[in-house]
Amino acid sequence: MGKTLAEKIWQEHVVRQVSGEPDLLYIDLHLIHEVTSPQAFDGLRLANRPVRRPDLTIATEDHNVPTQNIDQPIADPVSKLQVDTLRANCKEFGVRIHSLGDAEQGIVHVVGPQLGLTQPGMTIVCGDSHTSTHGAFGALAFGIGTSEVEHVLATQTLPLVRSKTMAINVEGTLKPGVTAKDIILAIIAKIGTGGGQGYVLEYRGSAIRALSMEARMTVCNMSIEAGARAGLIAPDEKTYEYIKAKPHAPEDFDAAVTYWSTLFSDADAQFDVEIDIDANLLEPFVTWGTNPAQGLPLNANVPNPADISNPEERGAAERALAYMGLTAGTPLKEIAIDTVFLGSCTNGRIEDLRSAAKILDGKKISSTLRMLVVPGSARVRLQAESEGLDKVFIAAGAEWRNAGCSMCLGMNPDQLAVGERSASTSNRNFEGRQGKGGRTHLVSPLVAAATAIRGTLSSPADL
Amino acid sequence: MEKFITHVGTAIPLRRSNVDTDQIIPAVYLKRVTRSGFEDGLFAAWRKDPEFVLNQEKFRDATILVAGPDFGTGSSREHAVWALQNYGFKIVISSRFADIFRGNSLKGGLLTVILPQDVIESLWVAIEEDSTLLITVDLEARTVSYGDVCVPFELDDYSRWRLIEGLDDIGLTLKQTDSIDEFEKIRPSYKPVTLPIRG
Ligand code: SF4
Repeated sequence: MGKTLAEKIWQEHVVRQVSGEPDLLYIDLHLIHEVTSPQAFDGLRLANRPVRRPDLTIATEDHNVPTQNIDQPIADPVSKLQVDTLRANCKEFGVRIHSLGDAEQGIVHVVGPQLGLTQPGMTIVCGDSHTSTHGAFGALAFGIGTSEVEHVLATQTLPLVRSKTMAINVEGTLKPGVTAKDIILAIIAKIGTGGGQGYVLEYRGSAIRALSMEARMTVCNMSIEAGARAGLIAPDEKTYEYIKAKPHAPEDFDAAVTYWSTLFSDADAQFDVEIDIDANLLEPFVTWGTNPAQGLPLNANVPNPADISNPEERGAAERALAYMGLTAGTPLKEIAIDTVFLGSCTNGRIEDLRSAAKILDGKKISSTLRMLVVPGSARVRLQAESEGLDKVFIAAGAEWRNAGCSMCLGMNPDQLAVGERSASTSNRNFEGRQGKGGRTHLVSPLVAAATAIRGTLSSPADL
Repeated sequence: MEKFITHVGTAIPLRRSNVDTDQIIPAVYLKRVTRSGFEDGLFAAWRKDPEFVLNQEKFRDATILVAGPDFGTGSSREHAVWALQNYGFKIVISSRFADIFRGNSLKGGLLTVILPQDVIESLWVAIEEDSTLLITVDLEARTVSYGDVCVPFELDDYSRWRLIEGLDDIGLTLKQTDSIDEFEKIRPSYKPVTLPIRG
């Protein structure tokens, strides 16, 4: 019987396999940031252990760095302590770090691909659940906890239990205005926030093949929101092209491509579960509730909990509407927004900024809201500026910020106030995620831009 | 991790049940960037009370915590284990532990011993009468003894072996260093490295 892509990658990384014990898996790349690494480094220090492979490790500052006045000392003492600690640890243990002010600084999941360090067939880990982003290149990539970070630092391996596999077949052609973000929000709405639990997802089908690399990253990024630790897409010509021009592209590119072209699920491979999505039917999606599965096409109305038969889901919907301050039956398009956030590891790459800028070009954002544009990395910011996108955003009335996670998680000063409502291109609409009491609607960059102009949730077709 | 074979020490009676990890170490102490120094946050709320057992001079050198049932419920924070260890505890005895806490403790080298509640009641009385009472926890024999009392406890062979050998997860994996070296020898050369920096 054939193997799935995830099984192939797994098999190639097994250092030790003993029945009844987890497999010991080799890790090709370990990404580090300031929030989940300090205790791991301290653990090494207490046990007098070195980092086994500093040359397979890279750090950046992203989660709680400020996006304004980055040339000044960080004002928040906890953020400052974490960032300073990361810098000191990297120095002590010989780990490469891209700090605030460096062109390669940015969200860890934007930095890996932009440097060409994310490549097909690799195992990639990071103390962050959205590590699944790197699966877009046909890598097995997943988030880990702080003790696991320490484990990888010390041994470059992890003891792991194999996941089951789920194929998500997305066939057909997306309508204009429908994006990768809408695909993944529709998938999560279909299988639920726990639907992927215990599985590695493989996104397949003509609609996935048609996506750019950056759009594929958007899809894989939110695998965790469906409960899956990892999600991946088989590499193809687009993948090779994307890597080719990057600083860390393989020197022997042909040898790498020869290997990469073996990375696909065999025709006779068996997935544990298969799901089909019809791309032709997809619409721009927005979330109305407080988990990413509580989403609907933009043309729909806020659902009525009374119509939900499953009592648990009904209860969840009631609580969500209360928190979100929404009334059942309200057209989603009538919901007025206070803040538009364009950024995060889901939608903070150059293509995302380009697509939003195209809509905002020559227009003004509504006077009833503010818009934050936060590039995923300093490199993305520089690229955008070289294309004049910053001018488009600023002329439209948006704020042009420095790179970081920013309002995706409200750990830095960019936060929603109590009751404030956002349309956000990030990945989590949990209660308080963007600031205590803040209300989040997850959207695509296109919907974000159109919403900024109209003041209520909108798609470019409404302009 | 230190090897754990037999421990002889004095004990503190903590006559409370359902001690959750927020009581063991409140969230405000989690902002630290180290794995040590959490002893100041241990039972922080209760330690404001001068009568609290941890504040009593006679229990100052105790290394064994004898707690009520359902110890370690709530959030999965590993800091709870670190706080107990940083304070100087080697062993926690209770009639029932929360699963995640017990898993974290055994992985981290803090021995959690399950004894029947009636044994714990008599242990409480004994240490309250004599705070210098020496208690012996023998991991090899899986027994707790003091005075002329000796009670067995259960612990799975794997956890016991790890504690006796002083192996944490990383220590266990480092035993496989030869396999990792072998694997690295055959790793393809076109796989990327982060160093030296290429621009
Ligand atoms: S942008 Fe958001 S989701 Fe992505 S790594 Fe940062 S905090 Fe996590």
